[in-house]
Amino acid sequence: MEDSKYINLVEMRNISKSFGKVIALKNINFKVSSNEVVGLIGDNGAGKSTLIKILMGVYPPDAGEVFIRDMKIQLSHYSAKIAHNLRIEAVYQEKALGEKQPLWRNIFLGRQITNKLGFIDVKKEREETERIMKNLIGFRSKGINSESRVRELSGGERQGVAIGRAMYFDADLIILDEPTTALSVKEVGKVINFIKQIKDVGKSCIMISHNMSEEYSVADRFVILDRGEIVGEYKKEDVTLSELTSKLITIATENAEKVGV
Amino acid sequence: MSLKKSTFFNARVYKTYAIILVYVLLMGIFMITAPKAFTGYQIYLAFLSTIPFSLIMALGLTFVIVTGEIDLSFPSTMALSGFVFMYTYIHLKNSIVALLACIVVGIIIGLINGLIVAKIKVPSIVATLATSFIWAGLAVIVSGGIQIAIPESRGSLFYNVLVGRIAGLIPAQSLWAFGFAIIMAFILNRNRFGEHVMFIGDNRETSKMLGVNVDRTLISVFILNGALASFSSVLLGLEYVTWWPTQGPGFLLITIAAVFIGGTSIAGGEGTILGTVIGAFIVGSITAGVVASGAEGFWTQLIVGVVMLLAVVFNTLLRDRKS
Repeated sequence: MEDSKYINLVEMRNISKSFGKVIALKNINFKVSSNEVVGLIGDNGAGKSTLIKILMGVYPPDAGEVFIRDMKIQLSHYSAKIAHNLRIEAVYQEKALGEKQPLWRNIFLGRQITNKLGFIDVKKEREETERIMKNLIGFRSKGINSESRVRELSGGERQGVAIGRAMYFDADLIILDEPTTALSVKEVGKVINFIKQIKDVGKSCIMISHNMSEEYSVADRFVILDRGEIVGEYKKEDVTLSELTSKLITIATENAEKVGV
Repeated sequence: MSLKKSTFFNARVYKTYAIILVYVLLMGIFMITAPKAFTGYQIYLAFLSTIPFSLIMALGLTFVIVTGEIDLSFPSTMALSGFVFMYTYIHLKNSIVALLACIVVGIIIGLINGLIVAKIKVPSIVATLATSFIWAGLAVIVSGGIQIAIPESRGSLFYNVLVGRIAGLIPAQSLWAFGFAIIMAFILNRNRFGEHVMFIGDNRETSKMLGVNVDRTLISVFILNGALASFSSVLLGLEYVTWWPTQGPGFLLITIAAVFIGGTSIAGGEGTILGTVIGAFIVGSITAGVVASGAEGFWTQLIVGVVMLLAVVFNTLLRDRKS
């Protein structure tokens, strides 16, 4: 494919964003390369979600530039839909799937296989969904098929469906927002495996998480955000899990002292 | 084949079976309590002539409720657009133009409701309660509060196509209602638009993230409801060859009841057209059944209430049973 010639899959330059008087992001420079898993780390309110939402076209930054595959994005015309067309997908834990709908509808929502009148090829969508579950995310759970409702699935399985959807639509970059929060240990293991599959098939991933050991087991590089600024950037080979953890604890403690807790 | 089996056993399908069973039981009871009326075919033909008015509106309302919204203004839409039909019919003497003018009024009302709900974000129950008073008030003002009769329409081709008796028996309005029901069922279950309607009611954030145009879909749903209410007003006006200013309001509660009895959730994200059809027949049959059974007419409300309560309790219990 032609677009394998790019240097950075995503590059965000000098991104700033404020909400009223609150500065959410200050001069952020952030990159993701091809086939790279980046762990985006930071306390609550550090600006992780804001950064991701800018990248996903949910809202524009006050200042800065975004490049996707080295092409500059017209931020005034940017949207989630354009991000999808550029094969960038985000999986938000609570917002990824419609609970009451069957899996096949969830996979194809917004990208239905239809005829000219908008009527859905249900058979095709079901077959493709079964294929995604078996081949892309390796679903082996008994009793779950394309007709299952999302509410019948465990938290880890839901993440799996959303990740499978992103992979099916050939996303080059899959952004996971707190994919393991509120999951049991066994379920976390499933999600970690899904992320490893993203890497194995040559795609990239941004994983936002509080959990250092989970991040450490999958990410190639770590970016630490603190109150709207990048305060640390490490390659996995240059840092151990305990070093990374202690760095984050130091930041958290300093912040706590500053606000006088 | 395993796919079929799981479809057969899911709660959604159970609910539809249950609601059909309720209707059959109800008819069974009436056959015992009012054998004279309910073992003949006349009463069923009567149902086919009266139920379509609320059924057609219930179809549109099902879509609205599936999105997680509500529309309280469809009865006054019926009143106002029904007046426009009558007025145009009498003054222009052109039934097709009158029909189109009436539907345009329904569409404009739906558009206004939809814009207020989708763009200004006023909760639909409040917005449509307010607009409901406006359309109802407007209907009284423009008509001077006087009823209008069009006996001359009887027997015309237009009359026969919309509310005539096919083979001298079957009320044409029932075919219109069933026709709409089939189309709407296909749209809800098999069309991109219907899928968006479901997802908006289920999880609006998900819909947005996946590129569904939530505002446009919501506005379309309100327009659809307005258009169906206005079409129903034409059928009603022709059936009774009369329009009167308070024609609509009597339909408010029975239409909403039909949708909920049919298993559509007020929380949005689920609902079936088949359920709504049966719901409308249940509500519409109870009045006739109660009266024919010799009970006082005011038992009707109580029985509709009991049936509706049983239906929603049952639906809630099924819904909460997470596999």
